[in-house]
This record gives sequence, C-alpha cells and structure tokens, in this order.
Amino acid sequence: MTEPRYLNDIKGKFPGTEAVLPEKIKDGIPAFDCPPSLILDIVKYLKAEGFNYLMNLCATDYKDTFEVIYHLSALESKAKITLKVKINREKPELASITPLHPGANWQEREAFDLLGVVFTGHPNLTRILLSCDWEGYPLRKDYSRKPDQYD
Amino acid sequence: MIDNKLKDKDGFETMYLNMGPQHPSTHGVLRLGLVLDGEVIVSAEPDIGYLHRGMEKLAEHRTYQANIAMSDRFDYVTSMNNNFVVALAIEKLLGVEIPKRAHYLRILMAELNRVVNHILLFGFFAMDLGATTALIFGFREREEVLDLFESVTGARLTYNYFRVGGVARDLPEDFIQKTGAFIKLMRKRIKDYDDLVTNNVIFRDRSVGIGKISKEDILAYSLSGPVMRASGIKYDIRKDDTYSVYKEFDFNIPTREDGDCFDRYLLRMLELRESLKIIEQVLVKLEPGEIMAKVPKVIKPPAGEAYIRTESPKGELSVYLVSDGTVNPYRFHLRAPSFINLQILQKILPGVKVADVIAILGSIDIVLGEVDR
Amino acid sequence: MNVSYGLENIWLWFTALLEKLFGWFGLPYIFAYTIEKIIFAAALLAFISISVLFLIWMERKVSAHIQSRLGPMHVGGWHGWAQTIADMVKLLFKEDIIPAKADKWVHRIAPIVVFVPSLMAFLVIPFEKNLIGQDLNVGILLIFAFSSLAVLAIIMGGWASNNKYTLIGGIRSAAQMVSYEIPLVLSVLSVVMMVGSLKLNDIVEAQSRVWFVFSQPLAFMLYIIAGTAEVNRTPFDLPEAESEIVSGYNTEYSGLKYGFFMLSEFTNMLIVSLVAATVFMGGWLGPKWLPLPGIIWLLLKTYLIVFVLMWVRWTFPRLRVDRLMDFGWKILIPLAFINIFITGLFMVIFK
Repeated sequence: MTEPRYLNDIKGKFPGTEAVLPEKIKDGIPAFDCPPSLILDIVKYLKAEGFNYLMNLCATDYKDTFEVIYHLSALESKAKITLKVKINREKPELASITPLHPGANWQEREAFDLLGVVFTGHPNLTRILLSCDWEGYPLRKDYSRKPDQYD
Repeated sequence: MIDNKLKDKDGFETMYLNMGPQHPSTHGVLRLGLVLDGEVIVSAEPDIGYLHRGMEKLAEHRTYQANIAMSDRFDYVTSMNNNFVVALAIEKLLGVEIPKRAHYLRILMAELNRVVNHILLFGFFAMDLGATTALIFGFREREEVLDLFESVTGARLTYNYFRVGGVARDLPEDFIQKTGAFIKLMRKRIKDYDDLVTNNVIFRDRSVGIGKISKEDILAYSLSGPVMRASGIKYDIRKDDTYSVYKEFDFNIPTREDGDCFDRYLLRMLELRESLKIIEQVLVKLEPGEIMAKVPKVIKPPAGEAYIRTESPKGELSVYLVSDGTVNPYRFHLRAPSFINLQILQKILPGVKVADVIAILGSIDIVLGEVDR
Repeated sequence: MNVSYGLENIWLWFTALLEKLFGWFGLPYIFAYTIEKIIFAAALLAFISISVLFLIWMERKVSAHIQSRLGPMHVGGWHGWAQTIADMVKLLFKEDIIPAKADKWVHRIAPIVVFVPSLMAFLVIPFEKNLIGQDLNVGILLIFAFSSLAVLAIIMGGWASNNKYTLIGGIRSAAQMVSYEIPLVLSVLSVVMMVGSLKLNDIVEAQSRVWFVFSQPLAFMLYIIAGTAEVNRTPFDLPEAESEIVSGYNTEYSGLKYGFFMLSEFTNMLIVSLVAATVFMGGWLGPKWLPLPGIIWLLLKTYLIVFVLMWVRWTFPRLRVDRLMDFGWKILIPLAFINIFITGLFMVIFK
C-alpha cells in the first residue's frame, strides 16, 4: 500500500508541520503537529483533497500550552487524519475554521466556553454550555471553582 | 443573541417566541429563540446548556471504570451505546484484546439499545405531530427490551454493563429465548407501526418535504447517523469504519434520498429491522466462553491518546481520550451526535411553520443529556 | 309517528297538571309556562353536566383502551367511574391564577362566554317530539349561531392571557372556526333544502322513511369533518396543539376557569353529535318493532358519533395550519357547494 499523497504533501507544502510519533497515537490515525498560522490553509487544502467531513474538534490544556485537535475524515476514501495545533497559553488565539466547516461552529464555541481558546473569525463566539456570566474556563487544569452554597 | 427588531418581509413587526426550556416537545430543556412572522419562522437560534453537568471535567477526576458508569448519563436513552464507546476507547489505550463472547454480548446490547432508541423516536416523533397513541405503543415495546436489560444488568435505565476488558455479567439462562420471542413480537409490531403512523395520510402530509437537508449541508455541518443517511449518504461507522466485530454480521445500511422529516423517520424504521437482523445473528453465534479479558485491577493506561468512533443510534458517538499514565483520564472529550446534529436547526428553520419546528426537531432526534453533557 | 312510551308523555302529563293547578288558583298561563321552562332548563342543565362528566370519563376509557391501557380504575370502584367527579373537585379547589399583565376582566369573562352559548344551543334540540326547550322554526340556524360564538371566547381568552402561545392559539382558532363554519352550515343546508324547514322536529320527521345519512352521505361526511374542526378535536386541534403551542388559548387558565373551557369543549362535542344524530340519523326516531323511548334512540346515535370522534382523535396526527386552511377552503367548501347543487338538481328533476 502506497502512502496517500496528502501525507507527504502536508509536510512538503506547509513548513513546520510534523508527523506525531505513532507510539503516542493509539487509534492509528495519522496525526500532524501544525503551526497555528497555517491551520486554515491546511484544512482548506485537505478539504480540496477530499477531507470534507469534520468529525471532531476539541481542545486540551497541556499546562504549558493549549492543543486544539481536529479530526477530519474523507467520506469517499474513508481516510482519516488528525491535526494538532499547539497554541500559546497566555494568548490562546487561533483562526476559526467555521467558514470552511460550518459544523465547527458550536464545537469552537464549546472550546471557547470550557477552555478559553479564542477562535478569530468565528461568527458568534459566545459561551454555549455555561451561562454567559460564568467566570473562568472550567476545563483548564488550573481552574478552581469558587465554593458556592452547596459546598 | 437574536435581533428582536427583525422585520418581516412586509416591514411589519415580528414576534419573538421563546420555545422552551419548559415546553412539552422540546425533548428536554432546549430553548429555541424563534422570531415569528405570524406562523412562519423568520430566524431561529437554539440555546443549550440548561442540562450541562460538566461531564468532561468530572471525567478527569474519575477512574476509567467510573467513567463508563458516568457514560450512562450522556444520552440516557442509549446507555449501552455510550458504555460501548467509552469501553472501546479505554481498551484502545490499554491495548487489551477482549474475548469473543464479550464482543458478541456488547453488540447484542448495543443493538437492542438501538432498537429502544428507534422505538422511542417513533413514539416521540408521532407525538410531536399530535398522534398520542403511537407514543404509548412505542413505550409498550420499550418495556419489553427494558425487561431484557433488567434481567442482565439489574437496571432499567443506567445499565453500567460494560467493563474495561469485557462485560459485567453473563446472560441469564432464558435470555436468548426471550430475546428471540421479542424479535418475533417486534416484527409484528412494526407492521402495526406502519399501519398506524407510516401510512397515515396526515402523517405523510406533515412530514414529507418538511425540513429538507441537502447532501452538501450534511457534510458542511458534520451531521451523522440516520440524519446523514436519510439525505442519501451511505455511511455507517459500523460498516465503513468498523469496530468491535461488526464485520462478522450481515446487515444493510438503509438510505433515503430526500432528507426530509419523513425520510429521517422512515430510515429509523428501516434501521430497526436491520438491528433486529443483527440481534438474531448474534443469538445464533453466541458460544459459551469468557466474558472478561485479563485486565489489571487498577487501570492505568500508558500515556497516549485515542479517538474512537462508534455509530450510536443518534449518529457518530466518539470519544477523544488522552491518558497521562495515571488512574484518571487526562482529557475526555465526547463528540456527541445530538450536539452537532442540532446545529443544522439554525440553517433549516427559517421559512417553516411553528408546527414544522417541532417536526424537524423530533426527526433530528436529540437527547439533551447528550447535547449539554 | 305516535310513540306512546316516550319520556315526553311524562313531561306532557306533568305540564298539563301544572297548568291545571295554576288554573285552579286562577293564575295566568304565563306563570305555569315560566315554571315549566325553568324546570325544563334545570333538567337540561343536569343532563348536560352528567353527560359531560360521562363524556370525559368515556374519553379517558376509550383512549386508554385504544392505547392498550386501562385508564382510570380506582376512584369510585367500578372502572373508575367517579374519576371525573374527583377531577372536578380538584379543579374547584385549585388556585385561580390570573397572569400579572393579563387583561383581567376579559380573562375572567372568557370562560363564561365560552360556556353559555354552548348551553344555549341545547334549547332547540328535540330529545323527543315534545321534549324540547322551544321548537323554534329557525332551530338549526340557532344552534350554528350559538356555536359560532365560542370562537369569540377563545380569542378573548387567548388575547387576555397576554401570552404568546395563547395568542397564537386564539388566532389559529379564529381562522379555523371561521373557515370550518361554512362547510358545516352548507352541509346541513342540503338537508334543509330537502326538508324545506329549519325546524329540527320537521327534519327528524322527514327521516321517517330513510335517514339523511343514506340519502345525503356526502353532506354527512362533510358535517362530521367540519364538526370535528368546530369542536377543536384532533386532527383539527390546532388551537390547543399541545406539542406546538403548549396548550393554546387556555395555557394561562387554571382551576375552575380551565374547567369551564374543558366543559365547553365536551359540551360542544355533545352538540355536534346531537345535531348529527338529529339531522342525519333520524333523531329520536327508532325502529317501530322496538318500542323504546325516543330519547334512548337519540342518545344511542349521539354516543355512536361521539365514539367515532374519540376514535379519530386517538388515531390521527394533527394537521398543519396552512394545510388545514387549504383543506377547508379548497376541498370541503367546493364539495359542499357541489352537494347543494346536486341536491337542487335532483329536487327539480324528481319534483
């Protein structure tokens, strides 16, 4: 089985993109570390290559950085790919992919709501699960909740 | 926020209607902010989060096995399927192979739960369109499956049946025979369903051509499951990205072309039949054997991450699980099908009538426990 | 027809006695007449209340058995017969809530306005030939006139509650009742043409040979459909579509006022069925070989139609509002006109 073209292309076309070691990824989906500035272009390129279905978008707090993870799939060829973007924890900003995949809308809002990742270019980046007056971002590892009357 | 000053097409004032969070048919605590021009929707915005329990945060403070127990509460209609995906993800991180019989039992339970979900959809969808009797019919058959579940797991709603490395208990003696009887009964009842609802003129009038979702929208909005297949995309994770031992079973992936409410409803009725087929095959293939693999008492998966997809009755139910080598998950993210399928409302609601809002919402099949987590 | 064992004989005997009694005391006839009518009205009211209580219980039992349930089984002993009475008592004791920003007076009057006209319509229904409140020569017209007043109350209730759901319910109801009144009246019109009288007793007696349900089947069907819409029952229950607009016009009503809305709903259903039995199924006429009081025959026919209405309600989903209008204006009304035309044609040909 030959390597699909896009795997090499990603590394070639987008400098700074690196494949993540397969030991860490247990699900066997090829994964790439992408520079934050290029994510929109990479997703656009992949969409043109047939990765038309955004399976999942979520973010993780790794204490020193945030990581936003995109799981994309091509429904035709059934190929899957994972994109990982490390962003600055102090200034967590990343381009929104909602214009390309409208389905990312609420998932980005969720990541903003729970982790405070700001997606620039998002049409309506407001809290979605928590109430709009909530303080802090609960899924951050350093989040501590103020005790309320139930504690 | 929605603009309350929107004008209708003749320049008159519109009416802002809060549908929910307390409303008989928003399937829980969903709030829809509707701007109405008479009975026609000008714009709509779903507002969610009323049932948010912070499950992703809770998961980080629970052991892996306890997370399976918590997963019962995501989509409380299809607990078995939730158990399934979490158990699969943990096993993927651990690298455990589970015994054959455990695989079969898992598929048996997951498919029975799919039957339950689709029966409930039948009832609730008809109820949303005003046919009250169908709801009771649906619940009647659901009871049968719940009795089966109760005989295996001891619970009727939150089963907590799956374990890391297998399942909790083996089947009771008469389970196979009872399930066989249930399949026979269900096949008969599906005919009743068709007579009462599917072939009803008013039902068709209310659902055919309502809330059409195009193929392009399906892909753009990442819709999955029956909603996707009703629009003509033949994609089922059980077949196309197979997991567990689904490839051993012979079943079809029904699709429909129009992507309207009726197709979404009918697709579930077709899937119901396929699920019964799978259950029948499992019952034949079941052989005595181990139901648990050898797993350590304290589950500490090595550091790593996995994204595991399964086909829940509502769509693609996936878990993104990150382990840092401790007893608790480092990150637990649930890709909830209801949550993502719900997004399409904003796109397809403008222009339909108030009554269609309910029909569309019902046909997309959401459970707020999963939307809000 | 000379049925000699009717309830009417007792009534006639009683009124004659009363008049004679008043004559002995030298009182004018008008006193006896007034007292007769008051007694009749009281009896009618008792009949209506008991019927409605029974209808609600029947609705629950019929729906239960259609849905393979049992329905109320405990209150009162035998099959929960006292369930409705218990419910009524509960409604009586419930807190009466008027929303803070409601139009208070209109909100208060609406349940009365909805209930009174539906009672008035009973005045002209002949339970037996002489067992009738007043045998007006515009009887059938009066019934329709009164039953169309209900829409006023529903709009009042919907508007005064100051709630968007009730408003939608009220407006829907206005649209629906106004458009379904037309086929309702038109379908009866063809019968009236054949009889040549609006008097209900004349209509009943005209059916001594053949019921109008057989000679006017289309009119009967139109009447039942439009009648179902007129009493807001599924598949035409849009004004109170529970799954769409919570409870429609009576969302904000509680306690006794809600009870009035519910009562009037069932009273209206009773009227629609009574009129159907009277106009199309021979009213108090029964077969000659089975001498039963006419009122029994009338009630049997009425409850048959009530049962059909209930059966329909628990089987069908609800129409959508625009399809409802389409159905009313584009199908029912043209059909009703065609029916009238054909009736007229036949009348001219077979004169």
